[in-house]
Amino acid sequence: MADTHAHTSKADVRGASGPAVTMEGVNKWYAEFHALKDINLSVDRGERIVICGPSGSGKSTLIRCINQLEMIQKGRIVVDDHDLTAGGKNVDIVRQETGMVFQSFNLFPHMTVLENCTLAPMKVRGISKAEAEGTAMQFLERVRIPEQAEKYPAQLSGGQQQRVAIARALCMNPKIMLFDEPTSALDPEMVKEVLDTMIDLANEGMTMLCVTHEMGFARQVADRVIFMDRGEIVEVGAPEDFFNNPQHERTRNFLGQIS
Amino acid sequence: MIRPFGWNEFLIIVMAAQWTIALSAIAFAGGGIGGLLIALARVSDVRPLRLAALGFIRVFQGTPLLMQLFLVFFGMNIFGLAINPWIAATIALTLHASAFLGEIWRGCIEAVPSGQREAATALGLKYYNRMRYIVLPQAARIAVAPTVGFLVQLIKGTSLAAIIGFTELTRQGQIINNATFSPFMVFGTVAVLYFILCWPLSLLARRMELKFSRATQR
Repeated sequence: MADTHAHTSKADVRGASGPAVTMEGVNKWYAEFHALKDINLSVDRGERIVICGPSGSGKSTLIRCINQLEMIQKGRIVVDDHDLTAGGKNVDIVRQETGMVFQSFNLFPHMTVLENCTLAPMKVRGISKAEAEGTAMQFLERVRIPEQAEKYPAQLSGGQQQRVAIARALCMNPKIMLFDEPTSALDPEMVKEVLDTMIDLANEGMTMLCVTHEMGFARQVADRVIFMDRGEIVEVGAPEDFFNNPQHERTRNFLGQIS
Repeated sequence: MIRPFGWNEFLIIVMAAQWTIALSAIAFAGGGIGGLLIALARVSDVRPLRLAALGFIRVFQGTPLLMQLFLVFFGMNIFGLAINPWIAATIALTLHASAFLGEIWRGCIEAVPSGQREAATALGLKYYNRMRYIVLPQAARIAVAPTVGFLVQLIKGTSLAAIIGFTELTRQGQIINNATFSPFMVFGTVAVLYFILCWPLSLLARRMELKFSRATQR
């Protein structure tokens, strides 16, 4: 088990060969509804991607396909050189290598903050309780809530819960972090503390895919912004081009509505 | 040869309660294991497993317990096994409890928000660990009260085993009544004994329900 732990170190992330995520001709249907249409996307290691678009445009579905919370019916997804379409062990490996943060936090309510953070490292990576707790405290300090370690999620504010959720994901030492509208369920005064945590993470070089409507965040940290509508990627661009000079009518409409 | 209903007869009935308790305990323990398997099969991703569990539940929920006892009791004879009320009652009640507990617990498992399972999956936890550490502990909190409630039903249900000749509380009552012809005294005693077994459990179920509803509001 020690080697699985070691090969997730930062140096290795840089050293690996292909892109962090490759999607080729990805299609997904929910019964008759065509949720993703011919998605082609390549995300480099260390790249920060922000995905935006109207509700129902498929942006959450897109990132949920990356760790196989959703199955695709057509196309190919390769994450960290592991082909998900090949199935089997690759899916398990990819889930271990990607962290996910949800809109509704999804902390485990029957466990303390610390237990939330140590369960997966102990059960999936097989590391000792002492080591897992040490790592967990490190990450809780990084998200600035070490003093809440012994509390239960329901005793924390929404912003604190979401920071715990980020720490919990980081405890697995992921190579890629997926954020599914992490600030949409928060009261306005708590959005900043979560975004600040995400900005810190971005500055450390984490590969990130964020579904969010926080355009300030997108301008500040994104390498590329993706606009999705009706299951398609409509436009991809660097933030300054994307916001100042959007190419598509649909993008302009969307940006007009949210600003 | 009618003898009066005295202290001795009373004690014989009281002693028979141990067989009611034993039968209930065995059926509950067996039903606990069977019920967990049925519940997990019902929420499984494998369709044939789901359908098989559903069929099992429908059959046992849709037929009277007495018929289930008869079918196991006489069925054993057809398959060449000796007629034994103990074994027949144990098997029938275990199957019955498995079906009902399976359906109760399926509901409790499904009451755990899907986000919990997704978060566990996203962390790389596989089926066994997801169930063991995330889903079942949360389902168990919801399950305690209805499970104790079902135990009360099960204890009362064991009285039907009297009809296939299993000597528990009710059957012992019938035997004593045949000797004393004091049906009101005899079956009054039997009823009081059932009540003494069941009432504390009902109170317990109510208490736990309150406790856990408070705990989940925390």
